[in-house]
Amino acid sequence: MTSQPPAIPVDLHALRLDDARALLAHDAQDGDRQTGESALDYLQRLIDGLCELSLRDPLTGLGNRRHFHGVLGRSIEAVARTGDSVLLLLLDIDRFKSINDTHGHLAGDQVLRTIAACLTRCVRPVDTVARYGGEEFAIILPHCRPAFGQVVAERIRETIAALPIAVAPMLTLQVTVSIGGAFAPEWVRSTADLWIERADQQLYRAKTDGRNRIYLDQPRESAVSAEEKGLLFSQLDLEHPPQSAASDRANA
Amino acid sequence: MNDIAASDAPPAAASLPLPPIGKVIAVTSGKGGVGKTFVSANLAAALAKRGHRVLVLDADLGLANLDVVLNLYPKITLHDVFTGKSSLDDAILQAPGGFSVLLAGSGLVEYSRLTPEVRGEFLRVISGLVPRYDVVLLDTGAGISDVVLFAVSLASEVLMVATPEPTSLTDAYATIKVLVGQQKRQQIRLIVNQTTRTGSGQAITRQLQQVLDRFVVEGLGRPFTLAHLGDIPAAPEVRQAVMRRQLLMQAAPACNAAMAIVEIARALEISVIPKTGQG
Repeated sequence: MTSQPPAIPVDLHALRLDDARALLAHDAQDGDRQTGESALDYLQRLIDGLCELSLRDPLTGLGNRRHFHGVLGRSIEAVARTGDSVLLLLLDIDRFKSINDTHGHLAGDQVLRTIAACLTRCVRPVDTVARYGGEEFAIILPHCRPAFGQVVAERIRETIAALPIAVAPMLTLQVTVSIGGAFAPEWVRSTADLWIERADQQLYRAKTDGRNRIYLDQPRESAVSAEEKGLLFSQLDLEHPPQSAASDRANA
Repeated sequence: MNDIAASDAPPAAASLPLPPIGKVIAVTSGKGGVGKTFVSANLAAALAKRGHRVLVLDADLGLANLDVVLNLYPKITLHDVFTGKSSLDDAILQAPGGFSVLLAGSGLVEYSRLTPEVRGEFLRVISGLVPRYDVVLLDTGAGISDVVLFAVSLASEVLMVATPEPTSLTDAYATIKVLVGQQKRQQIRLIVNQTTRTGSGQAITRQLQQVLDRFVVEGLGRPFTLAHLGDIPAAPEVRQAVMRRQLLMQAAPACNAAMAIVEIARALEISVIPKTGQG
């Protein structure tokens, strides 16, 4: 732990870093070497910056599709092992093409940016909001109980429907979104494709049923009523004695 | 269409004849992390030691943990058998405890969608195994996904593993409810793992049976019995063996938990496993 890794000689002049520097500068990050910064620290900073860039959608600042797939894959692993309830929402802006056609692509871009910022405000910091495609967004919500899923999706839909989007000095637009969602099957290691497919089917339903609405693919739940739960534990004393006392007893 | 198919119909066990009673035993649980694979592997070792030819099949298609528990990383898995790349014989491994294993392999993730093809493959594999072994243990997934329900439907006996924690018991209860309703099970055997006091498994079984009687059996018109198969006491040796990725039956065969597993093997022998000529 204390031993230093062998120093790697780095000749910064021999490396072609101009493109990396330009990319970072374009993203308002400093790609130049700071005074006193070691060559390794400098390269690490460049690499970190590029990694971050590679996961972000440049227009909206949200995670991009690559980032989304990474988070989704990790969620699948977590669900398989913990049984956590994780919801995937896919959102599509209704009639986005007509915005582009009527007001131009710059207006369309502004709509995308405003909705992206709005989505981020609508969810918890632990949730992942990503731009999934052209006018399509994806949100991954871990620790999201089934009953809460509808509530949060409804909140997003209402907030966006009520959101004035200023695209030009005299022009404010209103848009709506259609939302489809699916919970990861608990305790099962599903695949990203299957999960997305289920959410996408619900999004398709929302679109074909008239847009500006939400459909969620509900997880199959086994119905255990509160009364049953109450009875299950009514006579059981599940309080564990301290570990040592327990094993003493077991050994006795 | 879905990774959990929406239909509530029990997955049909197709046209192949069901295996003989007692040969195929499913080990399942309501929730994950209660020691299902630990029980499967060590029970297999205990049964093998008592002279039975045992195979453990990783029927937890998406969640192969048996490889981790047994520290086995085969090149050929059930996935290759399903895809026709390898024969069943090539995929069967010898585990340290003197029993055989058939691992799913991570490629089987895609089978978490239970298509008719997957069901067919599964049945083909099971019917290929049954003549060769005295006992086939199906280490299934947790809960009530279609894959789990299907794997359990192939077994003539179900061992439900639960810990004394309320969430584990609630999930075990929920799963039993589904198995009784959908698969018309008349008996399920409960193994309570990680108990901290003697007799708690008995009490838990009684309590579950009472609630089942009232909420499930009453409207059923047929009896259902939750039989208490045994308790496995919480023991430091278990954790040590798991961390070292050894079988408890080999790492600490004399500890309380290992002896409890031998007791469970003996109970299975008496009540479940068919007598074979070679004893």
